[in-house]
Amino acid sequence: MKRPKKRANGNGQLISRSIRRWFPLFMGPMVAAFAIGFLWPFIHGIYLSFCQFRTTSDAEWIGFGNYLKALQDESFRYSFGYTALYAVVTLVLINVLAFAVAYALTQKIRGANLFRTVFFMPNLIGGIVLGYIWSMIFDGILSHYNTSILLETRYGFWGLIILMCWQQIGYMMIIYIAGLQAVPEDMLEAARIDGANRWQTLWRVTIPNVMPSITICAFLTLTNGFKLFDQNLALTGGLPYTINPDGSAVHTTEMLALNIYTTFYGQNTAARGTAQAKAVLFFLLVAVISLIQLRATRRKEVQQ
Amino acid sequence: MKRKHLGKTLVTVVLSVISLVYVFPVFMVLINSFKSNTAVKTETFALPTSETFVGFQNFLTGINLGGSFWESALNSLIITVLSTALILLFTSMAAWYISRVDSTLCRVIYYLCVFSMVVPFQMVMFTLAKTANTLNLDTPLTIPVIYLGFGAGLAVFMFTGFVKSIPLNIEEAAVMDGCGPVRTFFNVVVPMLKPTMISVGILEIMWVWNDYLLPYLSLDRTKYITIPIHIQYLKGSYGQVDLGASMALIFLSILPVIVFYLACQKHIIKGVAAGAVKG
Repeated sequence: MKRPKKRANGNGQLISRSIRRWFPLFMGPMVAAFAIGFLWPFIHGIYLSFCQFRTTSDAEWIGFGNYLKALQDESFRYSFGYTALYAVVTLVLINVLAFAVAYALTQKIRGANLFRTVFFMPNLIGGIVLGYIWSMIFDGILSHYNTSILLETRYGFWGLIILMCWQQIGYMMIIYIAGLQAVPEDMLEAARIDGANRWQTLWRVTIPNVMPSITICAFLTLTNGFKLFDQNLALTGGLPYTINPDGSAVHTTEMLALNIYTTFYGQNTAARGTAQAKAVLFFLLVAVISLIQLRATRRKEVQQ
Repeated sequence: MKRKHLGKTLVTVVLSVISLVYVFPVFMVLINSFKSNTAVKTETFALPTSETFVGFQNFLTGINLGGSFWESALNSLIITVLSTALILLFTSMAAWYISRVDSTLCRVIYYLCVFSMVVPFQMVMFTLAKTANTLNLDTPLTIPVIYLGFGAGLAVFMFTGFVKSIPLNIEEAAVMDGCGPVRTFFNVVVPMLKPTMISVGILEIMWVWNDYLLPYLSLDRTKYITIPIHIQYLKGSYGQVDLGASMALIFLSILPVIVFYLACQKHIIKGVAAGAVKG
């Protein structure tokens, strides 16, 4: 994320002077829509997280109460742990498999283009549809054992992981292929002449050269994992659930985004303030991951 | 040399097996869309037999399952086309202005756009749905404004990155020849932006067409639903719903996506790579 470059010489002045007063035409529509579709809802959302409300018109300022409630909410804490575990498992699985496939496809294999087409295909299909398709497949298998994906937490967990690997390996593969193709041929040649075997070449030459792609893919899978919603909703919807001694329910395959959604739109409309506070915490979590990513990629750029 | 050849064949075989695994779920949807409701549940993985085969019956009942499928498809199409058009037009204009006019206001707007890329939808969903409702942005013809607003970040970011790499002198020549800003933009800048337009367009189409939660919360659902909402409604009534017909419906909904993919595969893969590397 670079900042718009300042033009050192006066060259840009001609264009700048001629379009400066055209702000309303060039910027107006985008800025207006941005204010309606992002800026205002965002600010309003921050404000509401400090309020008790059922609708936006009956909001009453209560301070940090919502945040306390959110942090004490058993189901929220559970979904955080569940989401983190899920995100780490997919981070490792998807990246290892996607790298392996990309590596194989860049070894001048016959039919590489066809394979690439097939592996990328699931990315075009929406999360809701994918969830429906895979719940049919999993239940087709599990029904032989008289059970269902909705009945056991581990089925829901691994089911979602299989689904997401199936969907995202192709996506990460594309990024890895681009990285692998950029590895200088003469470097690989030199390693070969020096007597390095395939394995040594891979670890000493190829992987250090595709580190930028690995960083991008690692953070993409991590943020995708934390933000996952559609597939989670469509595959299990959070089921099954357990009842706590205090009567509250914890849905054991419910991830963070879905937990926020059900708190907002569940039976208890008095919990909307808590839901908005959860949403702000969720936003902060995603933002921190993005910041770490920014610093990681910046440092790499400096080193090069 | 011979060993190397063997290794390559082995890799090809392994990749072919994985490919079959990849196509399998879509294939399952296809074969199940020709089977009767009970057969989908009890023999999910079996090919249709003379007893379970129901021909195109599932497709006929499927298109009216949970409301008219064509209506949902039309809504999805309108929203996707309009939103993508709005985003391409207005964010490229804004990106050009931001890159060429060096002012504090432009810089603030640019950073806000970049910032919006890291904000998850759940953060704004409640207030955004409320705003859409108040401003009557809850129909297929008006919801594209919401998409332009919420989706502006990535598009502005990608366009600005590209505009900055265009040499200034082409635009300057146009201005010195007496071209106004509007003509300079549409006749000189837009043709150069075409590759980025395609990349951004592909990303927006994939996002909007498959998007579930934004239209679910923002649209007036008593009148308009999209394909993902339609499918989720069916899933919600799992058990009571005719599974064979549902599979026919699912197949109908992924068919256009697969055709679109095969038709512009190169652009799609390029666009995704560009979006990911920059995002």
